[in-house]
Amino acid sequence: MRATRPFASLALSALILTVLVAFWQIASSSGASQTGPVDAEYAALVGAAAAAGGQSPFPSPAEVGTRMLEHLADPFYVRGTNDQGIGIQLAYSLGRVLAGYALAALLAIPLGFAIGMSPLMYGALNPFIQVLRPISPLAWMPLALYTIRDSGASSIFVIFICSIWPMLLNTAFGVASVRREWLNVARTLECGRLRTALHVILPAAAPTIMTGMRISIGIAWLVIVAAEMLVGGTGIGYFVWNQWNNLSLADIITAILVIGIVGMTLDQALAVATRAVAYQD
Amino acid sequence: MRRPFVSVEGIARRFPATRGAPPQTVFEDVWFGIQEGEFVCLIGHSGCGKTTILNILAGLDRDYEGAVVVGGREIDGPSLDRAVIFQSHALLPWLTAEANIAFAIRSRHPGWGRARVAEACRSWIDLVGLTGAASKRPAQLSGGMKQRVGIARALAVEPKILLMDEPFSALDALTRGTLQEEVNRIVAETKLTAFMITHDVDEAILLADRILLMTNGPQAKIAEVVVNTLPRPRTRHDVHHLPGYYDLRNHIIDFLVDRSRRLARTMPPEWNPRRVPEVRPALAA
Ligand SMILES: Nc1ncnc2c1ncn2[C@@H]1O[C@H](COP(=O)(O)OP(=O)(O)OP(=O)(O)O)[C@@H](O)[C@H]1O
Ligand SMILES: [Mg+2]
Repeated sequence: MRATRPFASLALSALILTVLVAFWQIASSSGASQTGPVDAEYAALVGAAAAAGGQSPFPSPAEVGTRMLEHLADPFYVRGTNDQGIGIQLAYSLGRVLAGYALAALLAIPLGFAIGMSPLMYGALNPFIQVLRPISPLAWMPLALYTIRDSGASSIFVIFICSIWPMLLNTAFGVASVRREWLNVARTLECGRLRTALHVILPAAAPTIMTGMRISIGIAWLVIVAAEMLVGGTGIGYFVWNQWNNLSLADIITAILVIGIVGMTLDQALAVATRAVAYQD
Repeated sequence: MRRPFVSVEGIARRFPATRGAPPQTVFEDVWFGIQEGEFVCLIGHSGCGKTTILNILAGLDRDYEGAVVVGGREIDGPSLDRAVIFQSHALLPWLTAEANIAFAIRSRHPGWGRARVAEACRSWIDLVGLTGAASKRPAQLSGGMKQRVGIARALAVEPKILLMDEPFSALDALTRGTLQEEVNRIVAETKLTAFMITHDVDEAILLADRILLMTNGPQAKIAEVVVNTLPRPRTRHDVHHLPGYYDLRNHIIDFLVDRSRRLARTMPPEWNPRRVPEVRPALAA
């Protein structure tokens, strides 16, 4: 790929954004005049607010912008359990993601090491991994709610379950494909098992492990929104659901943007960490 | 008869049959010895099992028949006393040149403090002429520099025996020449016992006291031992002027182009694997 001038691509991005917002503005202002009989099924779907107040128009960019500024000005307010600032909701979600993710890493990385180093362990655990991995993490939710009896902890469990697989498989793969000659170097230097694991295998497999961790954080952030919509209470997913019940589309769009930006930040943080452990062979 | 310092006693290496491939005996009935402080080279065609022999001596390959006795004791796995210079240098790419060497020093001296390791590191780096490149990673070094780090790393464990698997084959002729002389000098100064695999006849004549000639595989054997009677010190600038040099060289090349293949089929009846004939072609002149 040829190196592009950063200024040119930045200008083009700004142009695309302007065009999109302009279309949105035009579409939302022409759509505002459109009123008609409310479909009964639709009314049932949108819930109480819509049934009472009729269909509210799709918000214009300006409306969303104002709402966004309001949220940014006061992200941490608490006015009762169902009305808390977007910052607080984000903090709940981030806390759950990081807790579930950290627990998963604590289990997946040592276990991945064991699987990668021992064909016996690989053979023994592979059937379990193959069956458990394709299960949608949300399918665990009822079981989690039944056994843990706490919606927050259940969300953490679901994050744990969904982030474990990429880390486990990447660690096992990275460890298993450490070059034979590097292991031979360790052997001729009479390195013990621990020294070999920490000073040869870990740095050799680190880029692959970090790639798994990056995939995991992405999945975890996708899943937390769905999990919180399901169990309710707190979190950015619940916030979106709650605003849907209030039929406040401007709030929903704000939340969607915030979810995207936080997800990107998490991904970039792990990209930086991946670059830090990368080596050129 | 006294056992030599390194005594290889009737080793054979066989690979079991795999799907599509019959069982294979790479070599068998291999006997040779290396005296303390001696420099021995092993020459043979590609695939005859040279690397396999070196891996057995290093303790990396343990699925062999026969015995390898070093200093009176049968070897049992790798040892810091037998350092290896790998053909592909095998540096750890996430460590700097310095850290690669320090890793080896810490293996020999786990009790040394940071400053002491750094100091020892610096002296090895100076010795192999890498001053100024110490903090570079292997990817930023040239092939010759990487092999220098590999040499320093092997020497830094203060081994008794240096095992080298075609250490210079990937280098250009000029770099190869300088490194050959450095290894020659270091091995002579430290009185190391050295075992080197090579494809390069001139390299073997320059460095070795004795040259083992191996027949083609499968079932390769050591057919003959060539004693290098050319006087030391030898340098690569004058070695080919020494009387007998060409007799030595022609003898080895004749072996490689013709006899290695013929002998692979049938050894002469008087040939005894336990007492492989020694020849001194340079004295014939
Ligand atoms: N894992 C293995 N399974 C089966 N055969 C093997 C295995 N490893 C090596 N061999 C065989 O052993 C023989 C010797 O291999 P080796 O690497 O020792 O050769 P070499 O003499 O070092 O060759 P070169 O000069 O090309 O490095 C080869 O014919 C190879 O096919
Ligand atoms: Mg080889």
